[in-house]
Amino acid sequence: MTPLATFNLALRALQRNKMRSTLTMLGIVIGVGAVVAMVGIGNGAKSQVEAQIATLGQNVILIFPGSVATGGVQSGSGGMGTLKLEDAKAIAEEVADVLAVSPGTRVSSQLGYGNQNWATSVNGESPEYFEIRQWDITSGAGFTEQDVRSAAKVAVIGATVARQLFGEEDPIGQIMRVRNVPFQIIGVLRAKGTSVMGSDQDDIVIVPYTTVMKRLSGTTNLRMISVQCASEERTAAVVQNITDLMRQRHRLGPDRENDFMVRSQQEIAEMATATSRVLRLLLGAIASVSLIVGGIGIMNIMLVSVTERTREIGIRIALGAHGADILSQFLIEAVTLSSLGGILGILIGLGTSTLLSRFAGWPTLTSVDAIVVAFLFSAAVGVFFGLYPAKKAAALDPIDALRYE
Amino acid sequence: MSPVIQLDHVWKTYQTADVELHAVRDVSLCIEKGEFVAIMGSSGSGKSTMMNILGCLDRPTRGHYFLDGQDVSTLDRDGLADIRNQKIGFVFQGFNLLTRTSAAENVELPMMYARKSLGTKEMRRRALEALDMVGLSKRSDHHPNQLSGGQQQRVAIARALVNQPALLLADEPTGNLDTRTSIEIMEVFQKLNEQGITIVMVTHEHDIAQYNKRCLVMRDGVVRSDGPVIDRSSARAQREALEAATPAG
Repeated sequence: MTPLATFNLALRALQRNKMRSTLTMLGIVIGVGAVVAMVGIGNGAKSQVEAQIATLGQNVILIFPGSVATGGVQSGSGGMGTLKLEDAKAIAEEVADVLAVSPGTRVSSQLGYGNQNWATSVNGESPEYFEIRQWDITSGAGFTEQDVRSAAKVAVIGATVARQLFGEEDPIGQIMRVRNVPFQIIGVLRAKGTSVMGSDQDDIVIVPYTTVMKRLSGTTNLRMISVQCASEERTAAVVQNITDLMRQRHRLGPDRENDFMVRSQQEIAEMATATSRVLRLLLGAIASVSLIVGGIGIMNIMLVSVTERTREIGIRIALGAHGADILSQFLIEAVTLSSLGGILGILIGLGTSTLLSRFAGWPTLTSVDAIVVAFLFSAAVGVFFGLYPAKKAAALDPIDALRYE
Repeated sequence: MSPVIQLDHVWKTYQTADVELHAVRDVSLCIEKGEFVAIMGSSGSGKSTMMNILGCLDRPTRGHYFLDGQDVSTLDRDGLADIRNQKIGFVFQGFNLLTRTSAAENVELPMMYARKSLGTKEMRRRALEALDMVGLSKRSDHHPNQLSGGQQQRVAIARALVNQPALLLADEPTGNLDTRTSIEIMEVFQKLNEQGITIVMVTHEHDIAQYNKRCLVMRDGVVRSDGPVIDRSSARAQREALEAATPAG
């Protein structure tokens, strides 16, 4: 029998029991739909996290002060001022493949402009900071090395600060107060949105680090050093070199732990995506279970169908059907059922993720890969669960089958 | 030319828990082309087993069965399926048509399973030709449930003929039919036999056996008597007589 004729036969058999076929298919529809929707949600969450990590900049390495033990008393992370301006300078000068370094300091402060005021953190950085973070200035300009040397009272503000203090007004050239020190606003940053941790990255004021040290905080301790590495491949080596240099500079013996932390962007990305990966796996596993349940439904109905059609099978075998003819007839029936369910499930899954992103605001991302895999998997479910009933049909003895009432 | 059926010391033995049951014992038999043979016997006589062996649905335990010159007693499952498809046309007591499939499609079924596949148009043409032979060409689109018992059996006969088999094998073909329809069906068989088709049928009705040319009687797995039918009935003459007795309308 030709494959086309067998396929026609299967379609007609399915049409004969429309209600039953539909209900059986429903199991696969729900299973595949769930897989597609769940993978969409999982991918959406992943890509959102990745996008947030990209806002960090490119090939960025961050160095934080670590805990330090003084006479048995252990301070918390960043508790002691173990990072110094000299460390930042040494990294810039001595470590290979370092493109840019920015020593970071920070004070929290109330800002004032006219009768408006706003509490935020004022960060002291070097001019390279904007390049390291790949942070464009939409209007005005950044500060310069000259500003750093003179500890100039100039500020670049984030989009949130601009909105809160100035509203519709153009902030460039305006004077705002930081701890009663007047600062001239020379630039506004492009909006970056929320960070991986969920904080508003645009709620920020950036000034030269010398200005913070001399005019606002009065300390030379650093809160963070941002480093840009030449390439992604060199990152690990640069992290190692920075660690070695810092240990040497801080005179840490082999038995002493680091009093600083070095984190590359990749590490931060991995930490951030770990949860979403677990989430995706979990969602996928749950959806797969429903797909298997759907497969069992197909097997069940195919077994019923084989029993019901014992006589038909007997007639076909008596008239010259080979075992393979009967096998493929029932197998194609099962695969048609599951593939059709798969296609419907994909449509429903796509619809569900679209609705979720539109009305619930969840980020969803459906990939062609996931759809192809879902379809092939549904077809495979048909083969797997259809094989046993089909084999049972093909092995029937024609004499018994013809006598079957 | 080799005979259509040649049985050579054929045995069929069923192994039950502790006894061997010989359904067919040492039967040797020869049926030539163009014969019209009835196999008679009461239930348990082995005639059904005989039918299954002749129809290549079952293999003899011992002995050889030559169908159209070919030894089929050693063939495997698929080999037997091909023989059934090419050499044998089956007509069953219960018609055994596929329900919800039109008459023409039922007749096409054996061609679908032929190793040498034909085009759909050619299959339909041959199916209609076979239906025409049994006088049902006008009902090719009807489904079995829209046909009377006699018409259903005609479709089954058309299906049996469509692959031009060497042997037409009928198992109680009139068992589910009333007397008048039985006569009509026997008329079809007689007509086909006149065209040279070899027919073997199993029946337990003497009346039906009377339409055949040769009659075998089986008992306890052995052929007890084998001889030509004396005073053979003509189904056509009987039908005409019946029609004359019951005026139309």
